[in-house]
Amino acid sequence: MPAATETIDTVQALADTGYKWGFETNIEMDLAPKGLNEDIIRLISERKEEPSWMLDWRLKAYAAWLKMPEPDWAHVTHPPIDYQDLHYYAAPKKKAGPKSLDEVDPELLAMYEKLGIPLKERAILAGVEPDENERPPIAVDAVFDSVSVATTFRETLSKSGVIFCPISEAVRDHPDLVKQYIGSVVPVADNFFAALNSAVFTDGSFVYIPKGVRCPMELSTYFRINARNTGQFERTLIIAEAGSHVSYLEGCTAPQRDENQLHAAVVELVAMDDASIKYSTVQNWYPGDAEGRGGIYNFVTKRGACRGARSKISWTQVETGSAITWKYPSCLLLGEDSVGEFYSVAVTTMHQQADTGTKMIHVGKGSTSTIVSKGISAGKSNNTYRGLVRILPSAKGARNHTQCDSLLIGDQCGAHTVPYIESRNPSAKVEHEATTSKIAEDQLFYCRQRGLSEEDAVNLIVNGFCKEVLKELPMEFAVEAQKLLAVSLEGSVG
Amino acid sequence: MLQIRGLAASINEKPILRGIDLTVPAGEVHAIMGPNGSGKSTLGYVLSGREDYVVTAGTVTFNGVDLLGMKPEERAAAGVFLAFQAPIELPGVNNANFLRTALNAIRRSHGESELDAVQFLKLARAEAKRLAMPDDMLRRNVNVGFSGGEKKRNEVLQMAILRPKLAILDETDSGLDIDALKIVADGVNALRGPDFSALVITHHQRLLDHLVPNRVHVLAQGRIVRSGGPDLARDLEKSGYAGLVPEAA
Repeated sequence: MPAATETIDTVQALADTGYKWGFETNIEMDLAPKGLNEDIIRLISERKEEPSWMLDWRLKAYAAWLKMPEPDWAHVTHPPIDYQDLHYYAAPKKKAGPKSLDEVDPELLAMYEKLGIPLKERAILAGVEPDENERPPIAVDAVFDSVSVATTFRETLSKSGVIFCPISEAVRDHPDLVKQYIGSVVPVADNFFAALNSAVFTDGSFVYIPKGVRCPMELSTYFRINARNTGQFERTLIIAEAGSHVSYLEGCTAPQRDENQLHAAVVELVAMDDASIKYSTVQNWYPGDAEGRGGIYNFVTKRGACRGARSKISWTQVETGSAITWKYPSCLLLGEDSVGEFYSVAVTTMHQQADTGTKMIHVGKGSTSTIVSKGISAGKSNNTYRGLVRILPSAKGARNHTQCDSLLIGDQCGAHTVPYIESRNPSAKVEHEATTSKIAEDQLFYCRQRGLSEEDAVNLIVNGFCKEVLKELPMEFAVEAQKLLAVSLEGSVG
Repeated sequence: MLQIRGLAASINEKPILRGIDLTVPAGEVHAIMGPNGSGKSTLGYVLSGREDYVVTAGTVTFNGVDLLGMKPEERAAAGVFLAFQAPIELPGVNNANFLRTALNAIRRSHGESELDAVQFLKLARAEAKRLAMPDDMLRRNVNVGFSGGEKKRNEVLQMAILRPKLAILDETDSGLDIDALKIVADGVNALRGPDFSALVITHHQRLLDHLVPNRVHVLAQGRIVRSGGPDLARDLEKSGYAGLVPEAA
C-alpha cells in the first residue's frame, strides 16, 4: 500500500471528529527562554554548531528585521503578535543530531509512526532490494519543532551525488554551497517574516542535485510543531544544477492548542540551465477550532529562481490547514525560455483566513508561466487569491495564463481575487480568467439521487473542481490530498 | 410496487400536486402524459425526494416502505432512479468515477461488496456497448460539453448500470432523434421484468411505440384526470388534452 494512503488511514483512525493530527507528544524538550534578542540568536547558532559567517548573517537579518514594520496589506486580521512571548528554539532533549535511527528517541519514532511516515529504512537496513515494479521509495527528512530528527535514504541518494540533509548540517558540511545560495533568492531583508526567519531559522532541508542527475526518488520533508508557545522557522534550500531534475514534497501538521502558533518559513529554489524542480506541499497545520480559537499563523516566503535557460520550477500546493495563511510561492523567470508554474488549492472553513497566490516575474526572453488557483471557502472563512504577473522589458515574447476559480459552500464565507498584471513588453501575452461559483442545490440533488450521501456528493464536486491541480501532485500525495479535502470539509454542508 | 395515495405537494407554498392516486404494480410500465405545467416533473421530484418540494398530504409506499420518510440517497438505494429532464453538469467529475461511486454506495447499503475500478469498467463498457454508446462517454466529465441528446443517453446509461427497481423518466425522449429515441426505449425494455417498474413522463406517442406501456395516465392541474390502456396515448395524439382538462380552457 502506498505510504501516503497508509498515512491517511492511520491518521484518520486516530480520532473520529475534527482535526485528526491534534495529538501532543510527550518528549522532554530543550527550550530556549522566551523572547528574541541577539543572545537568543547566538544561542541558536551555538546549538547548531554554526560557523561564524552564519551567525553574522543571522545578526544582519535581525538588525534589518528590527527596522521593518509588520505587513498589513493582506486580507487577514489577527491580534498583534508578541514576538517576545515565543520560544525561538525547541528541540527534543538528547543529542542534537542523531547519527542513525537507533539514536532517535523512540517516542519520536512512535509519533511519526502514528502520523504514518515511513521513517524507518526497514528494507534498506535489511539489505532487501526494492521490487522493481514497486514505486521508488520516498526519502524523508523529519523536522520536529526546531531540529531535524531523521533523514532517510541518504546513503542511496549520495551514490548519485544527491545531497539531502538537514540544513543545519549543510551549514557545517557544505558551507560553500550554503554560503553561495542562501539568501540569494530571498534576500535577508526581503520582507518582515523572511527577515525574522533569516535571523532565527532553526532547521529545514537542504537539497543539492548535481549536474545532469535525475534524483532517483521523491524527496520529502515532514514538519511537525509540537512544543507550546513555539515558533517554527524552517528554511529549505534546493539547488538543481544544469540538466538535473528533482521532485520534492512537504507535509505539515501540529497539535491542537488554544493559542496561536507562528510558523514563518523560507523556501529558496534555484534551477540552472534545463533543470527542473517540482515542489509540492500539502499543508495541514492545525486550523483552530469552530469558534476560531487557536491554530497556526502560517506566514511563509517561498520563491524559486529559474536562473538557467529552459529551466522550470513548478509549485503545487494544497492548503487546508492554518488559522491564517499568508503565502505566495513565486518564480523569478530569469533564464531564456524558462517556465514557472503555480497550481494551488486553498480550502478555508470555520474561521480560517487564507491570502495566498503567486508572483511570476518574467525577465528572460520567451519565459512562460501558468497559474491555476482553486479557492474553496466554507463556514465563516475568507479566501483571497492575490497574484502578480510582471513582464519586464527584457522578456520579449513572454506568456502567462492565469486561471483563478472560487467555489463557495454556504453563504457566510467570502472569496476574493486580487490579480495584479504589469506588462512592460508589448510582445508579451497575458491572459487572466476568473470564475466564482457555488455548489448548486441541483448538483447535490443529482448526486444524491444516484445514491451518494450529501458529504460524498460535496467531496466529489470539490475534487472535480480541484482536479486540474490535484493531477499535478505525485500520485501518493494526490490520494492524501483528496482525503484531506474530504476531512477538511466534513460537516460544512447542511 | 409503487402506491401513491392522495399525494399533494407544493413549492414555495404554491400547490402543484393536488391529490394524486396511482398504483404501479411490479413489472409494469406506466406512462404519464399531460399538458405543460400539470405537475409531471414535480411528481418525479417528489418521488425521488427533492427537498425544495414540500409534501402537504398523502402517502407513498414503495415495496411496502414509506418513501416520503427517506432521504434522496436512501430512495436511490431502495431502487428509485430519476432520469432528469435536464441532466446536471458536474465539472471535473469523471463519468465513470461518478457512476462507480454511486453504484458502490448503493451496493454498500445492500451489504454487497464494492466493485473495484477494473470490475466496474468491465460492467460499464458492456452496458455502453449494449446501448450503442461510445466508450468515451465514460471518460468524459459528467454531462459537461454533452449535447442535449448525449445527456439523455447518459441518463439511460446510468440507469442501465444502477439497475433500479423503479425508473422515473422525465421527458427523456424530448429533443431526441429516432435512433436516440430507440436507445432510450431499448434501455427501459432491457430492464423490464417482474421486479422492475417505470413511470415514463412523455409528450409523445412516438416513444410509446417502442416502449409500450401497461397503463397511460393523464395528469392535469395536479390530478390524474384519466387513465387507460396504451390506446389512450394514441387517442390523445389525435384529440389533444382539450376534452380532459375542462377548467384549463
